Amino acid sequence: MDFDLTDEQSLLKDSVTRWAASRYGSLEQVEAARRKPLGFDEGAWAQLAELGLLGLPFAEEDGGFGGGPVETLIAVEALGRHLAPEPYLASVVLGGGALRLAGSAAQREALIPGIAEGSHRLALAHGERQARYDRFDVATTARRDGGGWRLDGAKCVVLNADAAQTLVVSARTAGGRRDADGISLFLVPADAPGLTLKPYPTQDGGRAADLVLEGVALPADALLGEADAGLPVIERVLDEGIAALSAEAVGVMEALHALTVDYLKTRKQFGTAIGGFQALQHRAVDMFVALEQARSMALYATMMAGSADAAERGPAVSAAKVQVNRAARFVGQEAVQLHGGIGMTLEYLGAHLFRRLTTIEYLFGDTPHHLRRVSDAGGLLGAA
Amino acid sequence: MDLRFTPEETAFRQEVRAFFRSEIPEEIRRKVSEGRSLAREDYVTSQRILNAKGWAVPHWPKEWGGQEWDPIRRYIFMEELMQAAVPLPLQFNCFMVGPVIAAFGNEAQKARFLPRIANLDDWWCQGFSEPGAGSDLASLKTRAVRDGDHYIVDGQKTWTTLGQYADWIFCLVRTDPTAKKQAGISFLLIDMKSPGISVRPIITIDGRHEVNEVFFDSVRVPAENLVGEENKGWDYAKFLLANERTGIARIGLTKERVARVKRLARETPAGAGTMWDDADFRARVATIEIELKALEITQMRVVAAQSRRDASKPDPASSILKIKGSELQQAATELLVELAGPLSLPAPVANDVDALGWEAFAAPTYLNTRKVSIYGGSNEIQRNVIAKAILGL
Repeated sequence: MDFDLTDEQSLLKDSVTRWAASRYGSLEQVEAARRKPLGFDEGAWAQLAELGLLGLPFAEEDGGFGGGPVETLIAVEALGRHLAPEPYLASVVLGGGALRLAGSAAQREALIPGIAEGSHRLALAHGERQARYDRFDVATTARRDGGGWRLDGAKCVVLNADAAQTLVVSARTAGGRRDADGISLFLVPADAPGLTLKPYPTQDGGRAADLVLEGVALPADALLGEADAGLPVIERVLDEGIAALSAEAVGVMEALHALTVDYLKTRKQFGTAIGGFQALQHRAVDMFVALEQARSMALYATMMAGSADAAERGPAVSAAKVQVNRAARFVGQEAVQLHGGIGMTLEYLGAHLFRRLTTIEYLFGDTPHHLRRVSDAGGLLGAA
Repeated sequence: MDLRFTPEETAFRQEVRAFFRSEIPEEIRRKVSEGRSLAREDYVTSQRILNAKGWAVPHWPKEWGGQEWDPIRRYIFMEELMQAAVPLPLQFNCFMVGPVIAAFGNEAQKARFLPRIANLDDWWCQGFSEPGAGSDLASLKTRAVRDGDHYIVDGQKTWTTLGQYADWIFCLVRTDPTAKKQAGISFLLIDMKSPGISVRPIITIDGRHEVNEVFFDSVRVPAENLVGEENKGWDYAKFLLANERTGIARIGLTKERVARVKRLARETPAGAGTMWDDADFRARVATIEIELKALEITQMRVVAAQSRRDASKPDPASSILKIKGSELQQAATELLVELAGPLSLPAPVANDVDALGWEAFAAPTYLNTRKVSIYGGSNEIQRNVIAKAILGL
């Protein structure tokens, strides 16, 4: 049992924290980056590459830096704290995760060096409108066509799809829409004929897109991992995504809580700082308690996400998402309330942090969904 | 960073688990698990078995029976003890007066009291709270006036847990009425057999006799029973309360309760099946388990930080453990009553108490557990601590 960071991890934390604090030290800086065509700054992306963050989770022999879940936690928590709009989660954690876990040597060799140096981005196109949060629900099809594949269907809310050169697309190669078996993953170039993107901004100021695939023709080697056996990869990628999202949420909540406490100390009403009122102090404390409980579960998810054993990993990660979701909602709502009117405006950083927390709640499964997953697995403790 | 236990820690866990389950009588553990009342002898039997093994006071200094375990081993030990439904070594002896005497008492006091405290030869109770001094403990009024080589004590203490069994009481008394609140308080050890002491039972909302009022009417206490310096008692009390707070989350206890709920739910008929078939009930159980897992990791974070900080000062983060730990203890008892359903309604009566099933003790356990968010510094006091010490409000 050890909560200490290694020297290398401490260095990583220092460098990414320093970078995020200077690049996105103010809401104006974040907003300026969001106004760029892809919703983030290509220059900042290049700097993340220079810092080694883009190759972080990939094996050294593939051109990465051999980081694990703890390194990802450190990176996303710091980026989250400053609302860095770069598609780190979409490209490195999700798309990159699928490539790392399922990619052949040739596929890894072809893509990872470009990802690490910042010239190539991925996105994970898995969710479909009817699926809600069910990971096995895939209606998009991939049929063998000559020596290759032909994809048809639609994907929705694909994070940062418009910034990706390659999309990791899930499609059904066998079985019925809600079968666990028969899902496969494909590497689809963003400019593939028959692929249409409809990009849009999201509630948190980020970007996503809906995809339509109409007879998208792919060569045989576009298949990522084994045919019909894509679901375990998707499960693991999304569980790693939840661990990363949990760490990001901790960074966002930490920033929002600090902002709120600072506001309580400086805002004067009735001739005194409102932080002197016990009713408000106790609410700020309850936010802090929720934040620390969420931090503990982000650590738990980080520890468990790397496990290849889905039966062990799944309930643990879902438990973390439940705790983080509840904390995100509570901390966000309380922060707005304690700020009063200023908390309601987009001119104020706090409102943007709340919007990000709200988005996090609904990414990769909401609270009832994950509570059911924990409950269906029989809970976390054995029966006495 | 690695949240797993080392192989040595896991082996230690196995060792203590095996000991608790094989050496502490099953009958005593069953009473604890089901929330039945324990007799004085049950506490004594259990603690003496632990003490014979050297495990009644593992956290004390080595010369008085301590084991020099690191904070993680101490945590594992307590967690396993609670999960095995072993009665906690008497809190007032082992976690309160013992550590205070070991840290601030003189050599004669240590030799006289500590071995008997560890072995529960003397049963101690706590004389802190008064009718007018609850969360504002320092407003206490019980007086001790020096008279030659004695103090004369007058006043009243309340909420004296298990005082009906006690041989001794450790008291905060006012020795300097002119000093500012905290400054005039001393820490005094008083023999419960002293003339002038009377004990009145208070029956609590669970219908049981757990706490008492203790009255002091010109009680003569030898001056040699003063711990440390006169008028420095508040410092010793703070030290004691800090000890109390770190163990107060009682995660192992809640784990034991939740695990029992999960077993009993599978045996409790409901509809065409059992309570465990009820998805809503399972979701409520899972909600508590999730928050409990979070608290367990939070506790480990506090424990890990503890090994790096000055242990004599309370860690304000331990207030999180008090708040969440007490809430979860309470939530687990709510599940128990819910599970027992209408069978929770009959109140246990003295003469048939052994014949009753677990359902009869669910409501008393629930009712009794309301105390945990009040004692040890109420949860509101804990929020004040965090607001001031961590948030700077």
